[in-house]
Amino acid sequence: MPEPLAFKDHSGESRIYFDRVVVAFALLLLATLFLVARMFYLQIIQHDLYSTLSDKNRIHVESVPPVRGLIFDRHGELLADNIPSFRLAITKERVKNLDDTIAEINKLIGVSDDRIKSFNRRQSQRRRPYESVPIRLRLSQEEIAKVSVALYDLPGVEVEAKLIRHYPMGELMAHAVGSVRRINESDAKRIDRIAYSGTDHIGKIGIEKYYEDLLLGKVGYRRVETDARGRVMKILDSTPSSQGKNLKLHIDANLQKAASDALGDRRGSIVAIDPKTGGILAMVSKPSYDPNLFVNGIDFATYAGLRDSIDVPLFNRAVQGQYEPGSTIKPFVALTGLITGATNEEYKVKDPGWFKLPKSNRLYRDWNWTKDGTGGHGLVNITKAIYRSCNIYFYELAVKLGIDRLHENLAMFGFGKNTAVDLPEARSGLLPSREWKMGARGEIWYPGDTVNIGIGQGDILVTPLQLASAVAVLANRGKVLAPRLYMDISDDDLVPPQKQNDIDLIPDHDWDLIIGAMEKVVHRGNQGFGENGTAWAYIGRGIKYRMAGKSGTAQVVGIAQGELYDEELLTERQRKHAWFVAFAPIEDPVIALAVLIENGGGGSKNAAPIVREVLDYYLIEGHGKRVAKK
Amino acid sequence: MSQDFVRSMHQADYSLSRRPGPSSLFHIDVPLLMILTVIMTYGLIVLYSAVEQHNAPMISQGIKIGIAFVVMAVMAQISPVFYLRLAPWLYLVGVILLVLVLFFGYSVNGSQRWLRIPGLFSFQPSEIMKLVLPMILAWYFHDRHLPPKIKHLFWAAVMILIPVLLIGRQPDLGTALIIGTSGLLVLFLAGIPLRYVLGVIGLAIAAAPALWFVMRDYQRQRILTLLNPESDPLGAGWNIIQSKTAIGSGGLMGKGLFQGTQSHLDFLPESQTDFIIAVLAEELGLVGVMFLLILYILLLGRGVLISVQAQDTFGRLLAGTITFTFFVYVFVNIGMVSGILPVVGVPLPLVSYGGTSILTLFAGFGIIMSINSHRRISM
Repeated sequence: MPEPLAFKDHSGESRIYFDRVVVAFALLLLATLFLVARMFYLQIIQHDLYSTLSDKNRIHVESVPPVRGLIFDRHGELLADNIPSFRLAITKERVKNLDDTIAEINKLIGVSDDRIKSFNRRQSQRRRPYESVPIRLRLSQEEIAKVSVALYDLPGVEVEAKLIRHYPMGELMAHAVGSVRRINESDAKRIDRIAYSGTDHIGKIGIEKYYEDLLLGKVGYRRVETDARGRVMKILDSTPSSQGKNLKLHIDANLQKAASDALGDRRGSIVAIDPKTGGILAMVSKPSYDPNLFVNGIDFATYAGLRDSIDVPLFNRAVQGQYEPGSTIKPFVALTGLITGATNEEYKVKDPGWFKLPKSNRLYRDWNWTKDGTGGHGLVNITKAIYRSCNIYFYELAVKLGIDRLHENLAMFGFGKNTAVDLPEARSGLLPSREWKMGARGEIWYPGDTVNIGIGQGDILVTPLQLASAVAVLANRGKVLAPRLYMDISDDDLVPPQKQNDIDLIPDHDWDLIIGAMEKVVHRGNQGFGENGTAWAYIGRGIKYRMAGKSGTAQVVGIAQGELYDEELLTERQRKHAWFVAFAPIEDPVIALAVLIENGGGGSKNAAPIVREVLDYYLIEGHGKRVAKK
Repeated sequence: MSQDFVRSMHQADYSLSRRPGPSSLFHIDVPLLMILTVIMTYGLIVLYSAVEQHNAPMISQGIKIGIAFVVMAVMAQISPVFYLRLAPWLYLVGVILLVLVLFFGYSVNGSQRWLRIPGLFSFQPSEIMKLVLPMILAWYFHDRHLPPKIKHLFWAAVMILIPVLLIGRQPDLGTALIIGTSGLLVLFLAGIPLRYVLGVIGLAIAAAPALWFVMRDYQRQRILTLLNPESDPLGAGWNIIQSKTAIGSGGLMGKGLFQGTQSHLDFLPESQTDFIIAVLAEELGLVGVMFLLILYILLLGRGVLISVQAQDTFGRLLAGTITFTFFVYVFVNIGMVSGILPVVGVPLPLVSYGGTSILTLFAGFGIIMSINSHRRISM
């Protein structure tokens, strides 16, 4: 305060000044109060908000992605591995000029336009600040060296190492194991973001998909303090990730290879099952593809090539391919006949080469039908009907059984439903019934529809897996085990429960009869024309073990009435599919399998030799051997 | 004074009636020096934290402060009479330098503010004007009857506008506005009628939209950023969001000295210079900010007291204007850092790192001490 003395002598000017100073100082105090109020607002009233913001600034929770579980075959061969992959990633926030940086990288190691596009796309997606986005994947050692030298001048660019899925057997196991793919937008919406933070891939197909939860592992965390440039200053605390479960499959890589080699370049599928467990020993679908292509995103041209190929290599014929079973259905129809009493061991049918329903002119032909009436198999009992694959016997039997009994009993073997435990792509085929026809076509069931079902034609469809599985039930004499790949899963673990009732209605005698007839398909020889098993001529000689088999031939195009089937006139794609199913050894079956060759022609001639090759390998040459390292 | 015998007599009379207090020692005002020392010490502690406890910048700052103290002491020795005589020449030189800077100055960040004396040093002529404009106005009104007449106000306005426009051209809108404000402060303290004051305020408000059109893009951006910093949180809004976060997260007591995460993890920009109050607020909390504000008020109170006790109009107006302008810096700096004013490059007086600002401020305090300690009759 000014001393009063100074104002005794009232100078006008100093009074004016004094008045003004008082006003100014009052304003100054007011303004200070305003600043204090502002600080009070920020520091006291909004303290919690800014405290949170400050922590969010510096504390980041980094995920520590888990290592994906490995997949092995039954002998411990690695089917799916994790290998380090180096990639070049850019953190946008630390880059001065993104375009210049990309241009610089392009000059060093080359970046395709596709990659730049996908980089820009991922860049524009929602992401954390300071999260890096890869610009180049799968760097070679040389590229790493080239880039490393230049990194000093490229702030925000880093070489990152990540473990990625690798399928050491490539094409061979593509359809058996499935594969992982990059997590895409639609996956991202579906999955638990937290469980997948730091993980780029997800099982998309096959085992990789079905056991995704087991394989994934548990994500770990690291709370880190970072500076404004995203550099980690210190780790506050961490929870380690835990590796996903390693899976051991029933698959025998050795057998898979043998089966694949036996099929060669033909389109088709082989499924082999261990009847004792339901475990799938081999699952081949050809043509195949290299699943490693998909792991880090395939380029569009390659993908389009695979997708649009007429040979549909991406299609898993073993579980997705639905074909007429043809004559391979006959043992099952015969069993149905025996259970229901519609036929028995002694019952014989006269086969003139054709069959007609009463009051119908439609001619159902036997496979050896001729126009001049010399075809047919003469008097045929149930055994001969199987080893000679007599259509007329089964036409008659089917009609006698009727669709309802056929449907009910064939379903017990797994036809018409998907019994596979851990094959997400598996389809259920089609086992027609009255209800199905009414629902699908709006028509009632005609007796004529039943006739064709008796020989596995018409509307009935099966997958190679279903057929192999049904054969395994035969080999087991009724014990039904759902087909599966993962070894450590027991019937109790099945989710959802698919446990089936064993077919215990069938007496041993009937099993012996049917299995015996199937044995004759392969082993009955030297009996003269028209008396040998259908497959004997092709595979029956010199076998060191006993097997039960059945051939089948599935139509691709319908053949008009009264017309002779002439393979020569059909184009390759119109030829019949060749089937052969078998299990061996008869006395103690260890393998049941189904072989399908698309447009392969006759089953005995074309598919049976492949079965023989696979069985020879499995039972004699390579049983229990470990696969040679590639 | 020879110029106005009547007024001199009158003031001599006034001086006789008062004995100078014991507060001066070799023309250095002890209370002012003490408050300054406390503020500087406090500021250096905060600065030590802001520079990550490195010694080199502290030594450099210490040297600058030392030079500033010397400058203050020298300025305090010089009689106000000398300043009064020199004022027109200083103003002339200041304006010439401002013109020179437009032609020969060199640019930093797009503004041409610096003048280089080859081989010696660089300086901003606008800094000189911070002291010289109040000086010339005080000189102008010293000879005239107060409250000023309208024609005197006209000439005063011309004296204000010349440097303001020149500095605005550089462009350095922040400094131009502050220097303009200091000019208006002289007019206010000189006692211009309140209706003029209100008129100027009204005019300023009315002119504000017009100002928008003469502003450069980056200046407009700063205004927009002030209104909505979240519109570009990683770009223009970053500074203000981070400084508010630093201040707010400090709370009442702060995170502790050297414990501020916003500053030490580099989220806070310019933490050693313009935004240092955010470091203080984060580490020492509202209490720490209040302490600094109280110190400032004490400093200003002492400055105001000296101005009131000054012997003549020149001393009164000069000391008062320097004091209140000091507060304008404080207000603008804290206002911009806390998000109530647009970001203009104004350092926090006596605390921010850097020599120029401290040198100018200490020179100003030297003049105030000179006004206080040079008394025509009793000394």
